[in-house]
Amino acid sequence: MKWPFNKKEKAYPEYWKRYNSHFLEPKETDINTSTYVVLDTETTGFNYEKDRMLSIGAVKIINGYIDISTAFEFYIKQDYFNESTVEIHGLIKNERLETVSEEEAVILFLDYIKDSVLVAHHAFFDITMINTALKRLELPELKNKVLDTMFIYKATRLKSNLIDPNKKYTLDELAENYDIDLSDRHTASGDALITAIAFIKSMQFLIKTKAYTLKDLLNCK
Amino acid sequence: MNMMKNTIADRVADFIKNFPPFDLLDKDQLLDISKEVKIKYLDKENIIYNINDPLHDQFYMIYKGAVKLKKYINEKLETIDQFDEGDVFGLRPLFAKENYAITSVTEEETILYCIPIDMFHPFIDNNKDVRQYLIESFASNTENPFSNEFQKKLLKDDVKLDFSKDMFEMQPVRLIKNVITAKQTSSIKDAAKLMSENNVGSIIIEDKDCPIGIITDKDLRLHVATGNFSINDDVSKIMNHPVMCYKKNITIAQAQITMMKHKINQIVVTKDGTPNSKISGVFSEHDIIVMKGTNPSVLMKAIKRSNSTKELKRIREKIMMLLEGYIQQNIPLTHINNIIFELNDATIKRVIERCVEKMDQAPPVKFAWMSLGSQGRKEQLLHTDQDNAIVFENTDDDHIEEVRTYFLALAKKVNKRLKTIGFEYCPGEMMAKNPKYCLSIDEWENQFSAWTRETGDDELLLCSIFFDFDITYGDIALITQLTEHVTEITKGNLIFQSKLGASSLRNPSPLGFFRQFLVEQDGEHKDHFDLKKRAIMPVTDAGRLLAIHYQIISINNTAERFEKLAEIMPEDEELFLSCAYASKALLKFRTKHGLRHHNSGRFIALAELSKEEKMKLKRCFKAISKVQELIKLKFNLKNFI
Repeated sequence: MKWPFNKKEKAYPEYWKRYNSHFLEPKETDINTSTYVVLDTETTGFNYEKDRMLSIGAVKIINGYIDISTAFEFYIKQDYFNESTVEIHGLIKNERLETVSEEEAVILFLDYIKDSVLVAHHAFFDITMINTALKRLELPELKNKVLDTMFIYKATRLKSNLIDPNKKYTLDELAENYDIDLSDRHTASGDALITAIAFIKSMQFLIKTKAYTLKDLLNCK
Repeated sequence: MNMMKNTIADRVADFIKNFPPFDLLDKDQLLDISKEVKIKYLDKENIIYNINDPLHDQFYMIYKGAVKLKKYINEKLETIDQFDEGDVFGLRPLFAKENYAITSVTEEETILYCIPIDMFHPFIDNNKDVRQYLIESFASNTENPFSNEFQKKLLKDDVKLDFSKDMFEMQPVRLIKNVITAKQTSSIKDAAKLMSENNVGSIIIEDKDCPIGIITDKDLRLHVATGNFSINDDVSKIMNHPVMCYKKNITIAQAQITMMKHKINQIVVTKDGTPNSKISGVFSEHDIIVMKGTNPSVLMKAIKRSNSTKELKRIREKIMMLLEGYIQQNIPLTHINNIIFELNDATIKRVIERCVEKMDQAPPVKFAWMSLGSQGRKEQLLHTDQDNAIVFENTDDDHIEEVRTYFLALAKKVNKRLKTIGFEYCPGEMMAKNPKYCLSIDEWENQFSAWTRETGDDELLLCSIFFDFDITYGDIALITQLTEHVTEITKGNLIFQSKLGASSLRNPSPLGFFRQFLVEQDGEHKDHFDLKKRAIMPVTDAGRLLAIHYQIISINNTAERFEKLAEIMPEDEELFLSCAYASKALLKFRTKHGLRHHNSGRFIALAELSKEEKMKLKRCFKAISKVQELIKLKFNLKNFI
């Protein structure tokens, strides 16, 4: 049995408590008026333990508008130099970009997202990357609701035996189908914007044709 | 100093900087504005603001899509202007306090950049050019001849004018932005070559993007064909100058008067309306006719000489207007169908032609572009989904994937442009860009054989689309070969035919026990009658099956199939002709409803139907159920239904 007084809870830093406070009361969740944070992370690789986030890009959708003033873009200082970080180091150096430590990025990110619904393409990857960073800081996992545009897009597709139901749709395919400009592809912010437009298009289609609610979106698998 | 980066705002700035008034701002100003932009996605036919709505705290720029402005004229809501990519609108809150005076509605799926008024005010106050531009744009949307003032004046002068429905002459001209130009040092020969390559009657001579002269067909005739100048002389020897230039927003009426007055047939529009600024576009007499565009031969010509997808899209809008006119005038569907089919067919051909030119190399082997489904049956009148495929010549195994890669790349371009023009992507992915439907002739033959040999539900669905293939572009021999193969494998294949027969009987019945229309029970179209599933598909399926059975080759159109059947089987003539009639009547019905509601016309609200329409529909259903009886007997399907 667990000791009822969780000592660790007390030890959490101020910023986590601030973040956590947004989740104390359940809130109304309307598909049209919910605030969504559409995000993408660039990483050094695909290994959750070994690899690190290089940058986080995100933008909010508030009342159906993608609000550019909410654009979030941070580059994370890397302790180790490896081949896949060369490009981003080059970028940071050439454009003299400001970088932050992983913890600073986490603080900024938690303050930014609050209790918004998180949206990403292949969301599991990005969320796990962020959760692993939280773990390194001895913090619990993210508490937000998460949507994956891959599954949401899939829900807009025709259910047909002629289309492979296990097909994985890439962000490029979504962009092609929705005629979205692919500049800035493979920068966290650029991908976040492409994802945001694809997300709104898919969501509007599902609301219109199938009267989807936020709950239905969360059930897209 | 280290900098914060804002990739997303940069992206927005990159777009807006190309269009006025934002092209008048510097980089920092652009970025400051971009940071405050909001992006809004809207489906088609969505209202952005209505007449008398309180003013928004933002104005709009179209990032993708198109928007119509509407206003009441003689108590009817009429479109007064159309905007597309890069245009700004909704400027009223910048200059006036009263509620909106016009309605704005999206014409298609649209993405808007919303620019906050508060943020933008300083730019209007401090930048004369920005202010001037916006005031002019605002004035041209509201204070143009459509305003009450103007109408009153007309009445006072007791002049009776017969305004056409949309006051065509008072619309601003739509510029051709893809201007064909040459330098003054180019030879006459090169200029003439450019003109014939681009199918234009004149060419602008430019220097640093400013128009310094113009050469027309007439000049070539007058100065070159007469031998006065050699084809190797510089164009500057024969060009007309200075060039008559005008500012944007010139109306069609003005353009026509100017052309008559100066005996010219082309107008050059520059940034500030003088020859000393950059060319923004041209506009010719021909373009006026195209804009007016209610004449199929003009549209046909326009399609063939079109050099941009955007232009083809506009022409297609004209095609839809033409269609609407025909339907209103109750012209027989066979005629309508033929004309619209030819125009659509030419549009698709032109798209493919341009995409082939755009490829890095010529097609490695012969190929043909097949239209399937309704376009293949020549039954596509409204904007419906695209169904298409590619067949290419056989090559050896070592090269086939390379060849396929080429055609897939071509198909991707074509499919994308067709979508831009208004043919939506097929939700079932039956398109040439799908590797499953971009095959060599051998592969296609095997594919059809497989579908007819082991025929399950999926194969039946595929047959209903792919059996109605028709060539749109390319090598007819490939299509003939495929047609022969399909005839061969279905001939006497009674197992396949009876499966096809069974599936043709499976559509849900249109009428209930008490002869009432059966409507959808739930979903987006609850309480609507599904015209496609309950009426059009059964008659189309029956036509296809009987055509296969009686080996009627190379006729895909349902009505024509039944007419042919009536011819070869006089004993059932009456039944088959009633089916031919039903097929046409249903298509016309669908088209009418689609035009009225700006959709595919598939789902119909029963309340909207007149008694006469209901009776007409029921007559069609009767023909369908009779032909279904015949199919039941013929293919021994008594156990079905």
